[in-house]
Amino acid sequence: MSAYNQSRSRVIQIIFAAVFVVIVAQLINLQIFSPKYRLAAESNAIYRKVIYPDRGIIFDRKKRSLLENTIMFDLVVTPSESKAVDTLTLCNLLNIDTAEYKKRMREIIFKNTSVRSSVFEPLLSPELYAKLNENMYKFPGFILSERSARIYPYNTAANILGYLNEVDTAFLRRHKDEGYEMGDYAGITGLEKTYEKVLMGQRGIKRLIRDNKSRLQGSFENGLYDTAQVAGKNLYLSLDVELQQLGEKLMANKVGSIVAIDPRTGGILCMISAPTYNPNYLTGSERSKHIRELALDPRLPFNNRAIGNKYSPGSTFKTVSGIIGLTEGVINERTTVTCNGAFQGCGTGKPKCLDRGTFNFKEAIAHSDNTYFSTVYKRILDQPRYGGADSALTVFNKYASTFGLGNKLGIDLPSEKKGNLPVSSHYRKIFGQKWYSCNVISNAIGQGEVETTLLQLANVMAIIANKGWYYTPHVVDSIEGGDDYNMLDDFKVKHYTDKNIPDSIFDAVQDGMQAVVDYGTAAASRIPDIVMCGKTGTVENYAKINGRMEKQQDHSFFGAFAPRDNPRIAIAVICENAGQGAWAAAPIASLMVEKYLRDSIKGKERQDKLEEFAKKSIIPYVMRLAMNKRDSLKQIRETQLMLKRMNKEMNDSTDNDENNEEDIKPSAPPPTKKTIPKNKKSDAAILNDERKNKKITRTA
Amino acid sequence: MSNTNISSSRSVDWLVVWLYALLTAIGILCIFMVEYKPGTDWMQTFISGKTNYSKQLIFAGVCTVVAVFILLADSKLFTAFANLLYAFGIVLMFATFFIGKSINGSKSWIPLGGGFNLQPAELCKIFTALALAKFFSRQETDFSKLKSQIIGVSISLAPAVLSHFQHEDGLALAYLSFFLVLYREGLPPQILIFGASFGILVVATLVLEPNTLAIILTAIAIVTIYFLRKTLKRNKNILVLIVSLWAISVGIQRFAVPYIFNNVFECYQSTRIYSMVGKDYDCSQNHHVTKGTEKHGKKPDDYNVRQSKIAIGSGEIFGSGFLKGTQTRGKYVPEQHTDFIFTSLAEAFGLVGCIIFLGIYLFLLYRIVAIAERQRSTFSRVYAYSVASIIFFHITVNICMTIGLFPIIGIPLPLISYGGSSLLTFSILIFILLRLDADRQMILR
Repeated sequence: MSAYNQSRSRVIQIIFAAVFVVIVAQLINLQIFSPKYRLAAESNAIYRKVIYPDRGIIFDRKKRSLLENTIMFDLVVTPSESKAVDTLTLCNLLNIDTAEYKKRMREIIFKNTSVRSSVFEPLLSPELYAKLNENMYKFPGFILSERSARIYPYNTAANILGYLNEVDTAFLRRHKDEGYEMGDYAGITGLEKTYEKVLMGQRGIKRLIRDNKSRLQGSFENGLYDTAQVAGKNLYLSLDVELQQLGEKLMANKVGSIVAIDPRTGGILCMISAPTYNPNYLTGSERSKHIRELALDPRLPFNNRAIGNKYSPGSTFKTVSGIIGLTEGVINERTTVTCNGAFQGCGTGKPKCLDRGTFNFKEAIAHSDNTYFSTVYKRILDQPRYGGADSALTVFNKYASTFGLGNKLGIDLPSEKKGNLPVSSHYRKIFGQKWYSCNVISNAIGQGEVETTLLQLANVMAIIANKGWYYTPHVVDSIEGGDDYNMLDDFKVKHYTDKNIPDSIFDAVQDGMQAVVDYGTAAASRIPDIVMCGKTGTVENYAKINGRMEKQQDHSFFGAFAPRDNPRIAIAVICENAGQGAWAAAPIASLMVEKYLRDSIKGKERQDKLEEFAKKSIIPYVMRLAMNKRDSLKQIRETQLMLKRMNKEMNDSTDNDENNEEDIKPSAPPPTKKTIPKNKKSDAAILNDERKNKKITRTA
Repeated sequence: MSNTNISSSRSVDWLVVWLYALLTAIGILCIFMVEYKPGTDWMQTFISGKTNYSKQLIFAGVCTVVAVFILLADSKLFTAFANLLYAFGIVLMFATFFIGKSINGSKSWIPLGGGFNLQPAELCKIFTALALAKFFSRQETDFSKLKSQIIGVSISLAPAVLSHFQHEDGLALAYLSFFLVLYREGLPPQILIFGASFGILVVATLVLEPNTLAIILTAIAIVTIYFLRKTLKRNKNILVLIVSLWAISVGIQRFAVPYIFNNVFECYQSTRIYSMVGKDYDCSQNHHVTKGTEKHGKKPDDYNVRQSKIAIGSGEIFGSGFLKGTQTRGKYVPEQHTDFIFTSLAEAFGLVGCIIFLGIYLFLLYRIVAIAERQRSTFSRVYAYSVASIIFFHITVNICMTIGLFPIIGIPLPLISYGGSSLLTFSILIFILLRLDADRQMILR
C-alpha cells in the first residue's frame, strides 16, 4: 500500500525545496542586492539631529564683545498634546484672534503632523516671553523652546560685523560638502561671512531612533556614531568700539564713510558707512520686516561705502601724483609753479585753482594748488624718456598700484571694490591713438577716471605715514585658539611701495600735509598739541536727475594721519555732497583722530564742534528726492486706500438709500453695485442710463 | 494500557518534538523583539501575562498540556472520531453565521467567554486532515475513480468555501494545501499542472497588456502547430486540442480574469494583487463596490509590503542584531507580531539567520514526509502528508507575502506568529501525527 505512488513523495519534496529556494533567492535579492531598502530603513528610523555649537564671539581691540550669542525663545506646540488650552489668554498674549490661532494650528498639523512639535510663534520678545512664561500652565502641549541667536551689545558696526541668514539653495550648492542643511543659518555679510568657517565651529551629529510616528525613542547604538560639536572660535578685532561709535554719531544723517587704520599693523580701527542701521534689527522677530525696510531705503544702508563704493579721490590724490613726480624727477621740492586762476598748460583754462600765487611743493599741497599738480602730471606724461603718453601712463600706474590703488586690497570683508586706475587702452578708445596728456589732465587732481575706495585712500595715508610700506588693512587681529585656516597670513606680509622712493620725498609730502592742517586748507581742523598731516579733497560730481546729468554739491574728502612722528592712526573720510573737504570731512577726521589719540575730545570748542557735526544733516539731493518719492508714494497709496474706503462707504450708503426707495425689488441693486469699481467714470454714465431705462420699463 | 504508553513514549519521534519546541521558542523571542521597549524589566514583563510575548508563553504552556494529553490518548480515538469531528467542525462553521462574533471585519469567531474566542476554521484544518485520512483509509476507496476524487476534493474544500463567506480568505486559501495530499494519493497531475498554468496566465494577464498577451498566446499556438505539423497530419485531435487550449487561454485572459477581479474578489483584494505587480486597480469597476456592499475609498496602498520589504532588506547578511532592529523598534511594520513576524527575524538576524530559520522549517517538513512514508496505515500517511502540506502552505504564503512575492493575506507563520488559536492548531496537528507515528506498526482504519 505504502509503495503506491511513492515517486510522488519525491515530487512533493522537490516542490518543498523549490519553493524554499525561491524564497531564499528573493531574500538574497532584498537583503544583499537592494541597498535601497537599507537606505530606506535608515531614513525611516534614524533621525540625525544636528547639534549646533555656540558661534564664536567677536571682540574689539579692548576685548569688549561686539557680537555674541544670546538665547531667544520660540513658542513650540505639539498639537496632539494641546488639549484644553486656554486659547483666549494665549491669543490675547500673542495679540492674535482665535481664527488666526485655529488657522495656524491647522497649518502646523497639515505640514508637520499633530504628534510632532512645531514652532507656533518664533523669536519671542523678552516681554512676551516673560508674560507667556507666567501662563504656560494654561497651555498644555505648548513649550518655550530656546534657541541660540546673535546679539550686538554695542548696536554698532553693522556693516563690518554682518549678519546671519537662513541658507538658500544656491548657498547649499556652493558649500556642498560642508555639512549645511536647509534651515541652517550662515553669515551672509561682513565678518560673519568671511570668517564663517571659524565662527561656525563644528557641528555635532546625534543619531536618534524614531518610531513610525516620528517620536524619538532614544539614541542609536548608544551614541556610538555620534560626533561631538566643537564651539566656534572667538575673533579679536583691531576695531575700537568707542571710535566706531563716535564715527557713527558724527556721520548720523549724512551719507559717507570713515575708515581709520593703524598704520603700524594695518588693523582697521573703525569703519563707518553712513547711513548705518542697528544690527540688532536683524535678529529678533521683526527681522524680515526690518530687512525689507532697509533694503528699500534709497540711501542703501546695506552697502558698506568704505569698500563697496568707488569715489574720485579728488585733491587727496595729489599726494600720490606729487610723490610720483618727485620720484621721477620731473619736479623737486623747490620747483615752483605760478597760478593765475587756472592751469594754462593745456590752453583750456582747466582746472581752475582757488588760491592765486606762486607755490613750491609744500605750499602747493598746503593750498591744494590744482595748477601745480596738473603741471606735474603733464610733465610725467610728456616725459620724452618714456616714449609717449601710453608708456608714461603705465609708469604712473605702476607707482600708483604699489600704493594699493586700482586693485582690491584684500581686506577681510566681502564685496570689496577694486577702484580704477585708467589705462592707455581706455583712452585710445575715447581719444584715438594719438591721445596726449591734456586729454586726461583732470587725473592729476583725482578728478578724472581715477577712482578709489575710501579704504584705499586711508591706506594711502597709512603708506605716507609709514614712508613707503603698509600691511593689508584687516579687521580681525587674531583668532582665539589659532588660525587653523590660515586666514590671517596675508595680513602679516609687509608690502612696500617702489623702493626708488626715498624717505626725503615722503618727508616733503608730510611737510606739505602738515602745512595743510597748520595753516592750509584744513587749518580750521587743527587739533591742539597734536601734529596731524592731512589733505583735503573736494570732488565735483554729477547725478542723473530726470534723465539729465546735473552737477551736485561737491563731495567732501579728507585723508590724514597723526601724530606725524610715530603715527598711530591713518584716516580717510568722505561726506557725500557736503561741499569742500575742509567743511565736513576734515573736522570729522580731526575729531576722530583726537578721540583715538587722547581717548576723549578736549576743550569746549572741540566738544561743541562734535555736537554740531553730530546734529548736521547732509543728505544728498538725489537721495532726498528718492526718499520723498518713496514717502509720497506711500502717502498716495494711503490716500488711495482711504479714498477707496470712503467710496465704499458712500456706495454702501447709496445702496441703502436705493433699497429704501425700491424695497419692492431688492434684487435689482447687486448687479449695478458690481460694475461700479471696475471703470468708475464711464460706467457711471451708463449706469444712470440703465437706471433710467429700468425706471421707464417699470413705470411702463 | 500502561505497556502501550511506555512503548509509545519510546517510539515518539523526539526530533520533531525538539524542532517543535525550538520553533515555538523562536516565535516567542520574535514577539519579544517586536514588543520590547528598552528600559523595561523583561523578566517582569515575561511573567506578568500582559504583554503578547508572555501571553504566547502561556499559550505554549497550554499547548504542552494538550500535547501530553494527545500523546497519552489512544490512536484509535482519532480514526474513530475523524468523521464525527469533521461534521462537528462544519456545524461550528455554519454556527458562526448565526452566533459568530466579528473581529477585524471577519465574522469567523465564536465567543467562548472569558475573553477567549474560537475560530472554527482553524480547528477545521485538523478535522479535515483527519477526515481526509479516514476517507482514504477506507477499504472501498479507489482514488483512481472520478467519484472518489470528487469526494476527496469536496472534503478538502467544503470548509474553504464556508471560510470564504466568512471573509476569511487567508484561511480558505490554506485548504488548497490539501491538493498536495490528494496529488500524493493519486490525483492526476494534470490538475496541478492546469492549476499552475492558470496561475501563470493570471499573473501574465495582470502584467501584460491584454492585446500583447493575446498576440503572444497566438504566437505560441502557431509555433507549436508548426513544430508538430508532421504529428498533426497523422492525428487531427491534437490540432483540436491546441486550438481549444488557445481559445481557453485567450478566454481566461480576456474575460475570466477581469470577471474574477471585478466580481469574485473584493476591492481591497484586487488592489493588493494588482499592487504586487506594481499596478493600480480601479476599484470603481468592482462589483462589490458598485453594489455598495463594501465601504468605498480604501486607497490602493502598498504601505505594509513596502515597510515589510524595507525591514527585511535592512537586515542585510548578518542582520542588525537581537533587539537592535531599527524598523522593529520603530514599529514601522504593521501587524508585525502576527502576520509579519518574519520581518523582525529577518531584520535582526539577516540573510544568514533567515536561511538557518528556513532550514529548520525545511528539516521539519522533510522529517514529516519521512514519517509519512514509514507508516503502514494509509490513515497515518495521509494525515502526515496533510500536516506537512498545511505547514508548508502556511510558510510559503506567509513568507512570500512579507517578501513581496504574494499578495497580502492574513495567514500566520506556523508556531511563530502570535496567536493562541494558530499555535494550538499547529500543536494539535503535530502531536496527533506523533501519536499516530508512535503506533506506526499498527494498521489503523
